[in-house]
Formats: sequence, C-alpha cells, structure tokens
Amino acid sequence: MNLSAYIYLATLLFALGALVVLLRRNTIIVFMGVELMLNACNLALITFARMHGTLDGQVYALFVMVVAAAEVVVGLAIIMSIYRARRSASVDDANLLKL
Amino acid sequence: MSVLETSVGVALADPSAVTAVEATGTSALAWLVIALPLLGAALLLVGGRVTDTFGPLLATALSWGSFVLGALIVVQLYGRAAEDRSMSVQLWDWVSAGELSVHAGLLVDPLSMAFVLLITFVGSLIHVYSLGYMANDPDKRRFFAYLNLFVAAMLILVLADSYLVLFVGWEGVGLASYLLIGFWNHNPAYASAANKAFVVNRIGDFALIIAMAYMLATFGALDFATVHGSAGSATQTTLTIIGLLLLAGACGKSAQFPLQSWLGDAMAGPTPVSALIHAATMVTAGVYLVARSQAIYDLTPDARLAVAVVGAITLLYGAIVGCAKDDIKKALAASTMSQIGYMMLAVGLGPIGYIYAIFHLITHGFFKAGMFLGAGSVMHAMNDRVDMRRFGALSREVKITWITFGAGWLAIIGFPFTAGWFSKDHIIESAFSAPGWQGWVFGLVALLGAGITAFYMSRLFFMTFHGKARWEDDIHPHESPLTMTIPMMVLAVGSLVLGAVLYPTGLLSGWLEPVFGHAEGHESLLPLIAIQVSVFVLMVLGVGLAWLRYGRDEVPQVAPEASFATRAARQDLFQDEFNEQFLRRPGAALVVGLETADKDVVDNAMVGGTSRGLASLANVVRQAQNGFVRSYALTMLAGIVAILGAVWVIQ
Repeated sequence: MNLSAYIYLATLLFALGALVVLLRRNTIIVFMGVELMLNACNLALITFARMHGTLDGQVYALFVMVVAAAEVVVGLAIIMSIYRARRSASVDDANLLKL
Repeated sequence: MSVLETSVGVALADPSAVTAVEATGTSALAWLVIALPLLGAALLLVGGRVTDTFGPLLATALSWGSFVLGALIVVQLYGRAAEDRSMSVQLWDWVSAGELSVHAGLLVDPLSMAFVLLITFVGSLIHVYSLGYMANDPDKRRFFAYLNLFVAAMLILVLADSYLVLFVGWEGVGLASYLLIGFWNHNPAYASAANKAFVVNRIGDFALIIAMAYMLATFGALDFATVHGSAGSATQTTLTIIGLLLLAGACGKSAQFPLQSWLGDAMAGPTPVSALIHAATMVTAGVYLVARSQAIYDLTPDARLAVAVVGAITLLYGAIVGCAKDDIKKALAASTMSQIGYMMLAVGLGPIGYIYAIFHLITHGFFKAGMFLGAGSVMHAMNDRVDMRRFGALSREVKITWITFGAGWLAIIGFPFTAGWFSKDHIIESAFSAPGWQGWVFGLVALLGAGITAFYMSRLFFMTFHGKARWEDDIHPHESPLTMTIPMMVLAVGSLVLGAVLYPTGLLSGWLEPVFGHAEGHESLLPLIAIQVSVFVLMVLGVGLAWLRYGRDEVPQVAPEASFATRAARQDLFQDEFNEQFLRRPGAALVVGLETADKDVVDNAMVGGTSRGLASLANVVRQAQNGFVRSYALTMLAGIVAILGAVWVIQ
C-alpha cells in the first residue's frame, strides 16, 4: 500500500480538526477538534518514520501522546472552571481580556 | 605655564604698574575695618530684643571704631613713601578650581582708603543722627543693624582686591539698600519702591557678572593686579566690551541713565537712609568701580567716551527733574543723580578727571549728607511732611537746620571757596579740555548743569526756608535734638572748608597721584578765568531766578497747571512710563508669547501630538484583539500556513 495515502489521510484529519476548532463554539467540541489535529500529527509522524526507516517519528508520536494526555487533564479542568464561573461552555463567552 | 602665571609675570615686569606689598602694622588690621560694623549687624540681628536698649549705641560705636581704625591706617600710609602706599592683606584662598584661583584679600591703597574715610566718617555721623531721628521707632534695633550692614558691605566693596570680592560688597550694598528702603514695609508703596531699587540694580549687577566672566575668559583671573597688569595683552574689542559692561554695572548702582529710575522711589526709606545711600555708600560705588578699573579704560577710548556721555546725559537729566519736584527728598534725589553724573563725566574724561571725580565725590558726600540730614530735620519739624509747597519761612523756626542746610546749599551751587566750588569747577575745566568736539559738548553740558543746579537747589532752599509760611494750622515747627543737629553742623563745616583744606594744599592730589598717576591736561578750549567767570555768572543767574520766583513771589500751595516740559520733569521725564511702555510691556508680551508657545506648540502639538497619534494608531491595531479565541486560532493558522508556504516557495 502506498504510504502517501496515510499522509493524505493525516492532512485531511488535520484540516477537519482545524475547521472544528475554528467553526464550533462549544468548548468541548473545540477541544475534540484539537485532539483530532494532534492525532493527525501523530499519524503523519509515524508515516514519516516508516518512510525514512528511522525511529524518530515514532518517538515523537509517543511524546505527543503523553503531552496530549496531560493537556487534556489541564484543558478539561479549565473548561470546567470556566463553565462554573460563566454558566456557559461557549468559547466566545470567555472574552474577559477584551477591552 | 598657566595663564595666571603668565599674567602675573607681565604685571611684575611692567615697572609703571603699582605693585602692592604685604601689609604690615596697622594696615594688616584692615579686615577689622569691615569686621566691626559687620559684627554690629550680626549682634543686633541675632541678639534679638536683648539688644534693644544698647543696640543702637553699640552700632554707632562700632561704626566710629571703624573710622578710627581707618584713620590710623591712613596715618600709617602717610608715613610711607608715596609709591609704597599700596598694600595687600591676604585673607584666605577662596575659589580654587583647576587653573583658576581667587584669593579673598583686601587692597589698602590711597584710593580705597579715601573711600573708607568718607564712608566711615559720614556713615558714623548718620548713625549718630539716626539715634535722634529714629528715637521713637519701635524697630530701631533692626534699623541700626541694617545701617551697620550697609556700611560693612560698602567697605568690602572699596577694600576688595579682586572683582569677585568687590562683587560681594556690591551685592551686600544692594541687599542692605533693599532692606532699608523697604524699612517701613507695612506701607505697600514703600515695599514696592524697595523692590524697584533691587530689580533695577540687578540689571546692572548682571552686567557686572558678565564683565567678570569676560575677564576670567580673557585674563584667567579676577584680582585687580592681574587683570589691570595684563590689560594690555587683550584685544581692543574685548576691552571695550568689558568697559561697557562695567559701565552698565556702574549705571545700576550709581543711578545713571538709563538705570536711574530707582533713585527717586528710594526716598521711601527713612531719611538717614537716603543720606547714607546718596552720600557715603551705594551711589558712589559706580564711580569707584570705573575709577578702580582705570587700567582697562585707559586702553579703550570708546568705553571711556561712553562713560562720559552717560555722565553728561545723567547730569542734565537729574538737573531738569530736580527743577520740578515739590517733594524735598525727591528734589535732593534728583540733584544726587545730577552730581553723580558730574563724577561719571569726570572719570570718563580720563586721567585728567579721576582726581576731580574723587574730589567731588568726597565733597558731595559731605554737603549732600548734610542737606539730606537737614531735610530729615525739616520733616521732623513739620510732622513728616515733604511737600515744599507747604513749607516756607522755616528759617526763623529751625535756625540750626537753616544755617547747616545753607552751608550745603552754598557748596552744591558752587559758591566761591566752598567745597563744591573747588571740586565742580575743576570738573567743568577738565571737561573743556577734552579733545576735539568732546571738549565743547561736555564743557557746555557741565556749564549748563551748573547753572540749572544753582536754580533748582535755590528753589528748594527758598521754598523751604524763605517766603511766606504755608503750613497747615496744626503744625508747630521745632528744632531737632542735639543728636541730630551736631552731625549736621559737622557736615556743614565740611561742606564749607573741605575743599580749601584738600585741594589748594595739594593734599588730595598728592594722596591720589600714586594710584592715578600724574595727569597732563590738554590745553583748555577756554581760558581758565573765562570758565570760572561764566560758572559764577550762571550760578548767580540761577540763584537770582529762583529768588524771584520762589523767594519774593508767592508760591502756590498746590502745584499749578504747567507747560508740557514742567509736567514731563514732574514725571521724571517719563522714565517710568518709558520703562513700562518699552521694557516691561514688551517683556511681559514676550513672556506670555513664550508661555503660549510652550503650552500650544511644545506641550500640545509636539508632545501631545505624538501621544495622540500613537493612541489613534493603537486604537486601529487594537481592533485585532477582539477577544474571540477562534479568531486568534485562525490568525495562528494563517500565520503557519503563510510560513509553510514561504518555506515551500523558497525550496
């Protein structure tokens, strides 16, 4: 099977994730879009590792997973506290820094 | 080799320059001459009410002490050879910075000692007089403290051995005059007269400061020995500028045109102060400065001519103003201005005039002090009234004052063989022997001035002491106490005989010759006898005219409507109006303009404009920060895509 198909898939997934982040208002959904982008990256990294026959990409992918797991914890906690404070999960409502 | 050393070398190499030797004997105590009155001022001001009882007496005693010491120094100098009469007293290193070093020191020489004797003698007499005049003033102690300060400052001025030390006394005199003119400062008009004197003086002081800066830049030193010794090494232009700046300084202190406006208002002070300012201290400082700086003026004929011109203008100016004043003190003030004008004219004539200028200064010190004290005595008799139109016929009521004032009057109009005759006639004769057109102009001005002087002084004398009594009903004239009349008698005797004692005997010219050198006069334009006769005729005409108008005829009790010329003279020839119109208003307009420029251009347009421009730019850029996380995310994405695209294109 042609490895480039994985690259296309990863690109497509990344674009989907990015669109989700940009278009949806619900924080949880946005968060899911972020996860989708991260995993699209992982897929791309693993594919590159395979293409070049080195382990670098796989190691990076493992790192990304670890960081993503940690980020999920922190991110969900932030979303929770924003929801409690503002009774809303919409990203557009969290605009306190605006003048 | 530093500039300083070079110039000292020049000074020593020049055999004609008088070099001062280290003072010995009594002269080494010259500092005490200054310290005594200074101590008096300090004791009386710091001592507070404790010194109320004996303070005035102490101040008077210290002032006399200063005179005695001065006299002893003169005796010591007299015992030495004429060329050894210049001695220096080193006090301490004052300013020492890099190549510049100024020693505080005193110069005891015939010129400074002539001034010391005049200042301390006349000053002490005025102290005695004040004991009577200020007897009932609640602030007597403060008054005597200031008098002592005045005398001390003037002594610093004349004894200084450098322009910097002279400047200390110069400013001290300004301060003391300010304090004394505004002594009765509960009266706002008096307080503003004090301010006026101080401010006008500051203009002259500023010129003196610039002159000193110029000397420092040119000669690298400020002491008389160096500056005068190396004056020849400077360019003509520099010397002329220094000379003109010194003249401007002298104009401020000596109330010479165009800085004369403060003198009339200075009459706001108690009368002894006026006597002190006009006779012994303050106004003579300018003449002293020009006489002391003769080494500079010798080399710059232009600046010297300016001195003579200023003197000639002021001489006539004061005389004209004096003719119209009804206030006895203001008329005397105008006459001082005019007489100082004579002295300035004399020092402006060059070596032939120096000795006569100092001579006239000394005789003037006596007769003017005598007349001011007499005016104070008249005011004392008339419940402090000063309007001569309400005087008249006082000769019977205050006989001593009348006689002593009469002596001063004879002296100032130049009645033959009085002190003023000797000194003023010589100035007029010297004026006629100036070269070229100057001889005619200065000579005729001085001659005319003598005639006008005779007129206005006789007018003052007749209006006050003769004619019909024009007093208000509640006034009962009475003679002043002895403390006041004795100084007046002493000064009256001086006014009559001082000239005969000092001049025909050669005492004064012999005394001052080591300082000024022996002067060979030019050929006079007119024969001596012609000048003397015309001076005498003019004097008789002036007195006669004054007698007809103010002695024989009835004097109106209120100043009558008069011609434009008289009204102008009553208004001091519009000096205040001129200053207001051409100096104060443009100055104020300039300040307002600068303030507006600062506010509108610098503050508003430049500083404010920059900040406003940045603020509006920021307002535009701020729109990008809309607070929507998703738009930030889009910006980031766009940025990354752009970077990747750029990388792709480059590769």
